Amino acid sequence: MDTGDTFELKVTPDRYLTVRYAGASGDFNPIHIDEEFAKQVGLPGRILHGLWTMAQVARAHTEALGGPDKLERLSVQFRGMGVMEEEVAVTGTVREVDSERAVVESQATQGGKRIIRNGEATIRL
Amino acid sequence: MAINTDVIGKTYPPTLYAVGREKVKEYARAVGEHNPIHLDHEAARAAGFADVVAPPMFAVVYSNAAILPGLFDPEVGIDFAHMVHGSQEFRWGPLVVAGDEITTTGTLTDVSERGGMGFYVFGTDSRNQDGETVCVGTWTNIVRTA
Repeated sequence: MDTGDTFELKVTPDRYLTVRYAGASGDFNPIHIDEEFAKQVGLPGRILHGLWTMAQVARAHTEALGGPDKLERLSVQFRGMGVMEEEVAVTGTVREVDSERAVVESQATQGGKRIIRNGEATIRL
Repeated sequence: MAINTDVIGKTYPPTLYAVGREKVKEYARAVGEHNPIHLDHEAARAAGFADVVAPPMFAVVYSNAAILPGLFDPEVGIDFAHMVHGSQEFRWGPLVVAGDEITTTGTLTDVSERGGMGFYVFGTDSRNQDGETVCVGTWTNIVRTA
């Protein structure tokens, strides 16, 4: 692994993704699973769980960099709203490498908007 | 907006989560994992693990319950209807596998106000049955002014 290396993960959440993720994670906030409720509180419709999107950022690292045991730390900021049936693109860039660890910067975008920004991970080498 | 900083440092009772094989597989499918060590216990055993391996972000499943009492604590006073998840950090130790029992303690580590918004930072410390720290989480929730 070298400074400047990049990786990418693309995934398109289908229209029932948030229902499956709600069941799998235990987060049943209705803004993710109830179209009418989401609109009543001023959203365009049901939105993705931020922690599902963060899981895509995590998966981009573990798939590209050697498995789940390599991920020592991940921090992200959530911005805006992710939606279903539109591709989410995660990109990562290696910023620093030493003999034991690498630091990776990442973000997730959808339709040109950043829905996760300032992602920073520490990778065990 | 009124915030109460007297509650900084308040700790909530630990929660215990038993990691189940089918729950790990269900979570792994929901987040699109392809690595068979998350999806197939035979593959996980062949790779040297006791059972299916929880993806790192499964941490939300075993640690989330530890901060729920804080989110709804009247003394903290979070306006839940106007709360958004601002940022999140996890630091991971040894991998969690099905069969592990994870004890998580949640603490309200900071409360502050910036730009008319309240920032509520919770910390979680999760340990397995051997006392090893498997995950430390920092959960920042932002409450917008109504």
